[in-house]
Amino acid sequence: MNWSWEFFFSYLTNGMMLRGAWTTVWLSVVSMILGLGLGVLAAMMKMYGNRALRWVAEFYIWLFRGTPVLIQLVIIYTGLPQIGIRLTVIESAILGLALNEGAYLAEIIRSGIMSVDKGQTDASRAIGMTWRQRMWLVILPQAARTIIPPLGNQFNGMLKTTSLASVISMEELMRSAQMLAQIEFRVLESYTCAAAWYLALVSIWGMIQVRIEAHYEKPFGPAAAVSPEAKKELRKAVEEGGTAA
Amino acid sequence: MTMQETQLAPRSRAGRDLGEPIVLIEGVEKRFGDNHVLKDVSITVRQGEVVVICGRSGSGKSTLLRCIDHLETIDGGTIRAAGHLMGMREKNGKRVPLKDAEIARQQRDLGMVFQNFNLFPHISVIENITLGPVRIQKRPKAEAREEARALLARVGLPDKENAYPRQLSGGQQQRVAIARALAMKPKVMLFDEPTSALDPEMISEVLDVMVDLSRQGMTMIVVTHEMGFARAAADRVILMHDGRIVEEADPETFFTKPESEHTRLFLSKILSH
Repeated sequence: MNWSWEFFFSYLTNGMMLRGAWTTVWLSVVSMILGLGLGVLAAMMKMYGNRALRWVAEFYIWLFRGTPVLIQLVIIYTGLPQIGIRLTVIESAILGLALNEGAYLAEIIRSGIMSVDKGQTDASRAIGMTWRQRMWLVILPQAARTIIPPLGNQFNGMLKTTSLASVISMEELMRSAQMLAQIEFRVLESYTCAAAWYLALVSIWGMIQVRIEAHYEKPFGPAAAVSPEAKKELRKAVEEGGTAA
Repeated sequence: MTMQETQLAPRSRAGRDLGEPIVLIEGVEKRFGDNHVLKDVSITVRQGEVVVICGRSGSGKSTLLRCIDHLETIDGGTIRAAGHLMGMREKNGKRVPLKDAEIARQQRDLGMVFQNFNLFPHISVIENITLGPVRIQKRPKAEAREEARALLARVGLPDKENAYPRQLSGGQQQRVAIARALAMKPKVMLFDEPTSALDPEMISEVLDVMVDLSRQGMTMIVVTHEMGFARAAADRVILMHDGRIVEEADPETFFTKPESEHTRLFLSKILSH
């Protein structure tokens, strides 16, 4: 047997590995936030837009859910320069991950909005809210309760999906492990170390997620205005969303 | 019941001074696909008047109420309410549909109470009431809260301002919903079967608030099966059948010598319950 704990532990706190772990974290957070923006936008376009906007949203969702994120990243970084669009590694990684995530989140957000009882729309219109006021003050805060648990799972997925950005030489955890493996050829130790880091990050996120979900269940008990059909729809979207990576 | 009747009867029969017409419904048509829900419906409601609309389910009464508040768009005719041509604007003699924000502005002058209360479950009772005044009418928060407390006292829930809707009974929720609508200072209040989703013992607490409101001169259009309320508070009772108005009379006439066969049938069914 040729396993060295010494290499394993030294890799765990190796500067390259630490930088990689940090990159994985911020890349995930930034891509998730941008993805959320794109997802809200696409969901709104699909639900409330005119025919053209609906078509654009549906095309976007279809395209990015229907192709591997690995191909999306490679096309953005190595393919686009051919037509004159040059993006840095970091820009490409963020753009690719966010675009991909947005397509999945759009469906989750859409079913979250649809899970809010129609009576809420009636009531907010009856006191004279405009569409925007209705969305911000009444619909989205309630949709958030149904959206947040699947959103947490998507972020869990995102932490691991970022490893694909190593292919376009983004120096995150996976790439750090690759580089370490090439220095001393301790392949098993370096990749195991990276795996340990992913486990640690995902576990920490899991603990944060539990708190966030608990917080959102507090003020008015389990989602109050959710119809059973909408719940079913949401579950479907979540299951489809689970295969993001 | 009889005592209450004699006590309250003068109000409706004395022919109080009613103001100018404030809701004018003219020749309204509404279809849901092939389903012709409202057929040439015309009603005029004067300021301070209380009109009760009843009828079997599917007769179009709730749809009519929703059309008045422009929660549904009409396919023909016109609805003027609180000085607005609902959902429309006249431009060189032509009618043009209004934009979202303009419709919202019209709706602020009408209050609506729903069968299922539809309180906002994610915010507290007082926030439910102040949301409109603060976020829509942009009034100072302190002032809005003070008014909200006064409204809560008026509907008999002075100690519930920090409760969440789910912690309240149906009757309490409906009273908060009435307070929420009143907080916008509407010129007309619309009630869509406000007691139909309530347990029997809670119906009267909501009706009491409504009777009280009618006595203070609020213009009210109430879709309900509560004939006790109609007798006690209504100036006029309307029966709808199959999308049309088939009877329109003062309560006395409506209950004792209705003209339409539909009314007699409706009354015999509802009173035998």
